[in-house]
Amino acid sequence: MIDNALIAYDREPEHYRHWSFAVEGAVATLTLRVDEEGGLRPGYRLKQNSYDLGVDIELNDALNRLRFEHPQVRAVIVTSGMERMFCAGANIYMLARSSHAAKVNFCRFTNETRNFMEDASRRSGIAFLAACNGTAAGGGYELALACDEIWLVDDRSSAVSLPEVPLLGVLPGTGGLTRITDKRRVRRDLADVFCTDPDGARGRRALEWGLVDRTAPPQRFQAAVKARAEELAARPGLPAGEPVALTPLDRQVEPDGYRYPNVRVRIDGARRLAEITVSGPAAPVAVERAAGWWPLAAARELEDAVLMLRTNHEQIGAWVLKTEGDPEALLALDALLAGGVETDCFLRETVAWWRRALARLDVTSRSLIALIEPGSCFAGPLLELALAADRSFMFLPLDEPEAAPRIALGALNRAGLETANGRTRLDCRFSGAVPEFQAASFGPEEALAAGLVTFAPDELDWDDEVRIALEERAALSPDALTGMEASLRFGGAETLATKIFGRLSAWQNWIFSRPNAVGEEGALKRFGSGAKPGFDWRRV
Amino acid sequence: MAVDYRGRIPNNIDLSADRRLQRALEHWQPRFLNWWRELGPEGFQAADVYLRTATAVDARGWASFGYVRMPEYRWGVFLAEPEQDRTIGFGDEMGRPAWPEVPGEHRAALRRLIVTQGDTEPASVEQQRRLGHSCPSLYDLRNLFQVNVEEGRHLWAMVYLLHAHFGRDGREEAEELLYRHSGDPDNPRILTTFNEPIDDWLSFFMFTYFTDRDGKYQLKSFAESAFDPLARTCSFMLTEEAHHMFVGETGIGRIVRRTLEVMQALGTDDPDAVRAQGAIDLPTLQRYINFWFSSSLDLFGSETSSNAATYFAAGLKGRPDEATFEDHVCLDTSERIAVPDGGGGIAEEEVPTRNAMNEITRSLYVKDCAIGMTRWNRTIKRAGFDAELFLPSTRFRRTIGRWAGASVAPDGTPMADDLYRKRLPGWLPTEEDKAYIRSLMHAVTEPGKMAGWIAPPARGIDGKPVDYEYVKLH
Repeated sequence: MIDNALIAYDREPEHYRHWSFAVEGAVATLTLRVDEEGGLRPGYRLKQNSYDLGVDIELNDALNRLRFEHPQVRAVIVTSGMERMFCAGANIYMLARSSHAAKVNFCRFTNETRNFMEDASRRSGIAFLAACNGTAAGGGYELALACDEIWLVDDRSSAVSLPEVPLLGVLPGTGGLTRITDKRRVRRDLADVFCTDPDGARGRRALEWGLVDRTAPPQRFQAAVKARAEELAARPGLPAGEPVALTPLDRQVEPDGYRYPNVRVRIDGARRLAEITVSGPAAPVAVERAAGWWPLAAARELEDAVLMLRTNHEQIGAWVLKTEGDPEALLALDALLAGGVETDCFLRETVAWWRRALARLDVTSRSLIALIEPGSCFAGPLLELALAADRSFMFLPLDEPEAAPRIALGALNRAGLETANGRTRLDCRFSGAVPEFQAASFGPEEALAAGLVTFAPDELDWDDEVRIALEERAALSPDALTGMEASLRFGGAETLATKIFGRLSAWQNWIFSRPNAVGEEGALKRFGSGAKPGFDWRRV
Repeated sequence: MAVDYRGRIPNNIDLSADRRLQRALEHWQPRFLNWWRELGPEGFQAADVYLRTATAVDARGWASFGYVRMPEYRWGVFLAEPEQDRTIGFGDEMGRPAWPEVPGEHRAALRRLIVTQGDTEPASVEQQRRLGHSCPSLYDLRNLFQVNVEEGRHLWAMVYLLHAHFGRDGREEAEELLYRHSGDPDNPRILTTFNEPIDDWLSFFMFTYFTDRDGKYQLKSFAESAFDPLARTCSFMLTEEAHHMFVGETGIGRIVRRTLEVMQALGTDDPDAVRAQGAIDLPTLQRYINFWFSSSLDLFGSETSSNAATYFAAGLKGRPDEATFEDHVCLDTSERIAVPDGGGGIAEEEVPTRNAMNEITRSLYVKDCAIGMTRWNRTIKRAGFDAELFLPSTRFRRTIGRWAGASVAPDGTPMADDLYRKRLPGWLPTEEDKAYIRSLMHAVTEPGKMAGWIAPPARGIDGKPVDYEYVKLH
């Protein structure tokens, strides 16, 4: 069942092949120097600081470690260890030989990483400064776009560019098209010119058009960037607190899934189902500043399970979300975490990890079904699993009302665990009109009446209802489901994030499946072969 | 068409009929002259130099020699004669008419190629600007300046293309060509090699032999371009470039001859003894060859290149002497190239021919470089010594391409990394070598006299004797 060539997302800095980080006071420097031979899969070389999923996995890990292991860091310089090349973006040969699903998974993850950089800036006050000490092309410039400020070396050669359309016949799909207009407010006609010139814009023009914030000549560049980072790091913020080491994740690969201390994944290949069960805390609720503390450990494990399933189990189309434990303990934790977000770095970052893990669920192209059974603990942060699900079922016992499961709302359900578009799942669920709930805790019938669950089948119907719902789901077109779920999960007005994960990704994924990109004569297939792409000129 | 010297800008393109272009170039001209005065040869701007100037673009057009002060040199725009009904000679559009204008589709790529080529021309003038102060003879000083003014002319050739065919962007790029300066850390020249100063004449001869020869092969590739103005411009530039190769080859050849004279007089090839007589010993020459050949190889780019494939397919850049190849489309063919096998040895890899264009051009270049070696070795043998100068392996000391960073000895033997690192400095000019070469660099300016480390040339320029006053220093 479990493939032995699994792609995993946990990394240790001492084994990084592409990124390095150095921390000096409140400033960290993340330096990209891609090992050409260090591709995740054989068959391509990562020239010119181009990246594949493996490179981005390290970046994601580094960002997490900065937040926990170096809590004093308030500004991050993102730069390159290569001369005259900041980053050439996603490796084209890697893309050209990847399956459609692998391409989409890659783009989703890289988009998440960039969104999390913006989240860290917005919610944790960590400023990101892209120090483009050479050309930033395509995904390289998109990485810079995810930072708060972009500095470009003005050596009269280095440029920023988005050459995807003219060179590759695809889109700058890691937020590039969205961020230049919506975040940097580059005028759309100038953006049009910029995105069709494979050479992009150098110093003066890049500055005039708002594509970068500052330029500096090579000799002054490093010092100027450093001075600016120091300035950004000196802004007022929370006291750092003690560093917390992110000890290695304890993931056991089992014949039918994965097992972590607090999360279990069981895969049923025949039914194309995975069951994810999160166990609540065993110990009483008190802050323990360590990676093993339940809220931090469970968030990491849940996130890892999501990533493992998403990447390595494409066929598993529906995920059943379960919990087990004491809802009261979850509520107590919820209060503790929510109370500390404004005052305690460690608690703030722990909440941020939940926010990230849950946000990954929202953009996962799998059907999410929550089963709320007796002994479960869908409360506070774990209630978000049910709210993230496309449907939820809550068990209604016939004779023993005290055996009924309960779900409970905590402070984090109202603020702190927002989806990528900045709104709470309650807000998304009720399209902006969240009712005034009379209670904080709900039995099956109350939850159904309050609109917090989809169905509350009774004991007699439960097994059949659940079985039929899952079987029915499994028979539907996976493409239609992906599109439908993605549309329904993000109701309401568009934001930068919904445009990136929705509009931009959808267009990109459409292009990725079109012959003009991936057919035998497609631009992506033919890139670098010297053969010119053959296009079907009809506009669709 | 004959060169028109009546206007401010000599040309054979009927410039006066194109007012827009004429105005653009006349606007650029004073900036070029300012650049020349500031960064051209240092200290000799008022000297009268016996230079040749093109009067027509055929072989006889070069017959015009005369004294001229360099800032008054008639830089201009010269294209080889158009070929009637020229068709594209390679790539996907082979056989279709060559392009008199830039197709929109290839605008960005052509602009990039022209700017990169154009940037090397003024760069080498800047690199060589201090050499005049230590010339080994007036004859050599004149050759240096001839090379310099022609590099300046090559800049004109590229600037003409930018102005004539690339609109506002082209004009901006033309300005940038004068703003970037060799070795200026804030505005460096595009290619790294062109930012190192060339402070001694041995390096200058090595540069003209090895690095300018790369230029020759680039120009040969562009001379095949489907973009006709580029092809014609580069064809004519090649006639000028030939002189630079001549300076390099005869320069090194004369050093070898002088060294052999000293060795014969001493009856030994002992480097210390040779140096004691003020000549340059053969092992030092070999170390300079090792350095310059290996860094020039990198200029051709990576062995497998998607850019090279695209340029070939689109018809932008062919192979040198494309007509001598059988297949000009190379769609489904492949080449075998040598790559590291991962264990310190060599493996062969099959790559599509289009992707291997850099390697194909580099191989032709290597053969061309070997010709001088053969000639010099013959001289050494005739003098009764069995030493040999040789080209180091193409895998030695590479920083670009598949062999970048590989630990390979000059003879091509793979080595352990530690040992390689330890031995590498001994294969390249050492600090001591450089100090010795610098110690030889004193200006010799009496007509006909030569510095002690170089033999006189076999003959002078334009039928004039060797002791002719090629540069009047006043």
